[in-house]
Amino acid sequence: MANAAAQNAAMEVSDEVAVQITGMNKWFGTFHVLRDIDITVQKGERIVICGPSGSGKSTLIRCINRLEEHQQGKIVVDGTELTNDLKNIDKVRSEVGMVFQHFNLFPHLTIMENLTLAPIWVRKVPRREAEETAMYFLHKVKIPEQAHKYPGQLSGGQQQRVAIARSLCMKPRIMLFDEPTSALDPEMIKEVLDTMIELAQDGMTMLCVTHEMGFAQAVANRVIFMDQGQIVEQNEPKEFFNNPKSDRTKLFLSQILGH
Amino acid sequence: MADPFIRTQMLPPMAPPVRTSGSIAWIRANLISSWLNAILTVLAIFAVYQFVMLALPWLLHGVWYAGSLGECRDIIAQNFGPDAGGACWAVIRARWHQFIFGFYPPELWYRPIICFALMFVALMPVLYSDDPRNVGRVLIPLVLLTLLVLVAAGTPAPVFVIAGLGLTGCLWVGMRRPLGLLPVTLLYPFFTVWMLWGGSVWGVATALFGFVVLWAVYRLTSQRIGVVLATSAGVIAAAVWWLVIAGYAVDSLQAVLPFAITSVDSDKFGGFMLAFVIGVSSISISLPIGILLALGRQSNMPLIHGISVGFIEFVRGVPLITMLFTASLLLQYFLPPQVQFDLILRVVILVTLFSAAYNAEVIRGGLAALPKGQYEAADALGLDYWQAQRLIIMPQALKVSIPGIVNTFIGLFKDTTLVSFVGLMDPLRGVTAIVRADIKWKGIYWEPYLFVGAIFFLACYGMSRYALYLERKLKTDHR
Amino acid sequence: MAIATDAPKPVFRLSQLIYDTRYRSYTIQVVVLILGLLFVSWLANNVIENLARKGKDIDFGFLWSRAGYDLAQHLIPYTNDDTHFRAMLVGLTNTLVVAIFGCIISTVLGVMIGVLRLSSNWIVSRLMSVYVEMFRNVPLVLWIILVYVVFSEVAPQPKDFKPVDGVAKASMMFWDSFAITNRGTNIPAPMLSRPLPDIGWMPTSFLAVLILLGASFWVNNSIRRRAAAVQEATGIRPTTWWKSLAVLVLPTLVLLVAMGFNLEYPVLKGFDFQGGIRLSHAFTALTLALSLYYAAVTAEIVRGGIQAISRGQSEAAFALGLRPGRTMSLVILPQALRVIIPPQISNYLSLTKDTSLGIAVSYLDLRGTLGGITLNQTGRELECMVLMMAIYLTISLLISSALNFYNSTVKLKER
Repeated sequence: MANAAAQNAAMEVSDEVAVQITGMNKWFGTFHVLRDIDITVQKGERIVICGPSGSGKSTLIRCINRLEEHQQGKIVVDGTELTNDLKNIDKVRSEVGMVFQHFNLFPHLTIMENLTLAPIWVRKVPRREAEETAMYFLHKVKIPEQAHKYPGQLSGGQQQRVAIARSLCMKPRIMLFDEPTSALDPEMIKEVLDTMIELAQDGMTMLCVTHEMGFAQAVANRVIFMDQGQIVEQNEPKEFFNNPKSDRTKLFLSQILGH
Repeated sequence: MADPFIRTQMLPPMAPPVRTSGSIAWIRANLISSWLNAILTVLAIFAVYQFVMLALPWLLHGVWYAGSLGECRDIIAQNFGPDAGGACWAVIRARWHQFIFGFYPPELWYRPIICFALMFVALMPVLYSDDPRNVGRVLIPLVLLTLLVLVAAGTPAPVFVIAGLGLTGCLWVGMRRPLGLLPVTLLYPFFTVWMLWGGSVWGVATALFGFVVLWAVYRLTSQRIGVVLATSAGVIAAAVWWLVIAGYAVDSLQAVLPFAITSVDSDKFGGFMLAFVIGVSSISISLPIGILLALGRQSNMPLIHGISVGFIEFVRGVPLITMLFTASLLLQYFLPPQVQFDLILRVVILVTLFSAAYNAEVIRGGLAALPKGQYEAADALGLDYWQAQRLIIMPQALKVSIPGIVNTFIGLFKDTTLVSFVGLMDPLRGVTAIVRADIKWKGIYWEPYLFVGAIFFLACYGMSRYALYLERKLKTDHR
Repeated sequence: MAIATDAPKPVFRLSQLIYDTRYRSYTIQVVVLILGLLFVSWLANNVIENLARKGKDIDFGFLWSRAGYDLAQHLIPYTNDDTHFRAMLVGLTNTLVVAIFGCIISTVLGVMIGVLRLSSNWIVSRLMSVYVEMFRNVPLVLWIILVYVVFSEVAPQPKDFKPVDGVAKASMMFWDSFAITNRGTNIPAPMLSRPLPDIGWMPTSFLAVLILLGASFWVNNSIRRRAAAVQEATGIRPTTWWKSLAVLVLPTLVLLVAMGFNLEYPVLKGFDFQGGIRLSHAFTALTLALSLYYAAVTAEIVRGGIQAISRGQSEAAFALGLRPGRTMSLVILPQALRVIIPPQISNYLSLTKDTSLGIAVSYLDLRGTLGGITLNQTGRELECMVLMMAIYLTISLLISSALNFYNSTVKLKER
């Protein structure tokens, strides 16, 4: 971890803005789930979002690729503003990749077919090329031999790594992670986190909702703590973990780092 | 990198913007969110309007007080003009009792009413064994309603008092410990048969005694020769009792201790009473058979597996109407020449076999839903096959299967209308044909069919909502 | 000091028959077999005794004797001089006609209703639930009777179609081609003025059309395969819908025109319509009621199937950039079909069995001929019922094996 931390410090964060959220408010019916969110994410930045359940963290990142709609405020992803315009939504979704808590692999397709589906049908890539890209990313997540199996035949950790590879096959510039290790058995969490760390070292812009504080300390440039739909505290990891300023942050950290 | 940020004051929740919530937003989101949606909404409103314009005048012009169809039409023509159409509900007012009770003697209506109320009492241990409060919620209104209806039906006072005491007793027991009502559940079939058909109590008692014989033989021998062989011995003993000895026993007991109530012939049975009798008796008898078939289908003994699969596939492969024709035409060939079973009994036997096959499939699904670990835990504890089934597997599997069994019952209840094709007086074609045979109501068709359809709808819809509620409750219980 | 002893020799004791797991299952099966044989022989004995008492015997020869009754609706040629066997065949074809039309209409209608039920339009989805609940909670017999009553008592008389003083009380539908009267539904009859010559008993023209349709489907398949290959090579999928349309429709159309395809319209002559095909109200009522009822059941199955696919699947597809249409066809539908098709095949089975409810409107299907008129005329209850149940059983077993075959081919592979 120390090695990674050193590498982390040396990682360059460019000045370009990847995601810009200003004054975002979201309601589920009358429930005010996201309140006055302001975030600026630079290219190459790695952000970890944590907080108690129900604080709106998953809703926040799902707004970034329009899986949820916001009612007020502005979200600009990679220069494209997210509105009801389908063309904008398509453009954003092809630049943003998402990894889900429950993997959401397509069970009726092989691993190879899972990975090549979107490149063939969305980017209109010829099959040969799509398969080459798929094998490249399968090598990267270290399970090339599973290419022709079905998701049901893989372990949880392997499935999540395939899910990461599937998003990478679309060559996104931003990756969103929604609690990627929460549904895994403890011995499989490490293999997924290692994959994510490698991804970070390659310079990917990442927004990660997670409870894995070790990962945050190793890789994140910034940790954001959310509660009741708003950003309560945001700081670099060292300051955040050693010197939490807000009372709520202190309470939360004591609960999850305690045991 | 962004500057560190600490929030000092938490934001209170605000109201959402007007355009995105409230009734305007709801209409925009649900009814006209796209061109296709808008067109569909317009079409739907138009279709509803056409239907209402057609049906509403007919319903609103309904006539409730008239002596015949002709009179109805005169009243409608008088009030609403010569070309108006209207419903003649007077036929329902005049003949509602035939739809409900068939030709059952009106002075004895208290009997089906008591049996119907007792049915819910008998169901309590099965459905609510763990929740005495729910028992109270169901039984208290039930008992009050039953007493009211009994008064309205003109029940003789002594019967009313006994019924009231009995029901209140069941209520008292059920609210303390639902499983205490199990004796009611076990005795219910015999009691109902005696109540509805009347006759000597010894007939039913000897039938009941046959089961006691079965149980006794089983208990005496099961330790030595195992469950299956002991049950077979019990069945043989009970068969001997029923076929040979019971006849003499009934006559001699009746001579010594006469206790009989007015008997009612089977051909007086009709309407919804008949539908419930056939439906409830078939479902209840078919449950144990269905369990055995489901277990047999799962068995790895080829003969047992073959018999179960063969029976289930045969019954599910033929239409119910052919089974009913078998009951009315063929069953007598398979019984000894002296034995003459009532038509209702023959129909109940075949419908029971029919629903046993369908229940077997439902229970098989329930068994499959059980994790294999349950079987292994039972084995590890040293339980033998039948103990494991009785104590661990079946309680769980049956609980999960109850929604499916309720659905089978709903289907069966609707299918009881087919008994009109073998000459029984079901509420749909049977009773309606009788009503139309009367010269006063000749030619009427919409009103009786709508009435019967409405009652079926209420009963079946209620039961299917209950099944859905149970399914949802089970899903959360079994997380 | 260790003493080695031989393993104890296996000794067979009678109680092992019950307690030893090796012999236990055999014992139980033998006992069950004996009991079963006893029961079956008791039944057979009763049957023989009862038959003897009534002076009857078991003989299927009646099938070859003259039927002597008329069947108004028959797909194959039949007169009352034909045998009971031929009457049974007519009944069987009547059953199958209703079953096939019922299955097709109920599937199309059911899928539409099921999808509309999931629509975000509140009125439409509520209306569809009302439809589904109404049909599922009321007995099918009632629906059959109601539809029959609507057709036979509410429909106009043939003479109402004659204009009196220039105005007719009733008019034909679909540009004067359909006429629904209280005697029957009159539809145009497809006729061929230059049909292919019949070889023996084979309906050559009909077979020719079928073969051509089959060939069109095969050619269409190869067009689609070629398009898929192009997509795999270059990434762009060529538009093929017009090619498919042409290949599927044109050849059959040309053949029909060459054979002189025309429609014979029903025309009001005298007191009733002549020409065209007359569909009895029993047939229309039974088919329509079965279709509407089973469409409701299909709608629930379709809805359940689509809802069974977790939302995460479509979210993952959207996150990858797939549009809703592609998501439905590539991700949701393949998985939903696995959940939908098994219960739907059971549905078809139930529909086929419920064609026997034609008894409510005196539709002469298999049960009506073999199990009805033939049974009553010849008095051969046992033979007729056994034969009838055997035929129904064969049909159901065929449908069930189709289901099992489908299930085994599309099972999702798991560990």
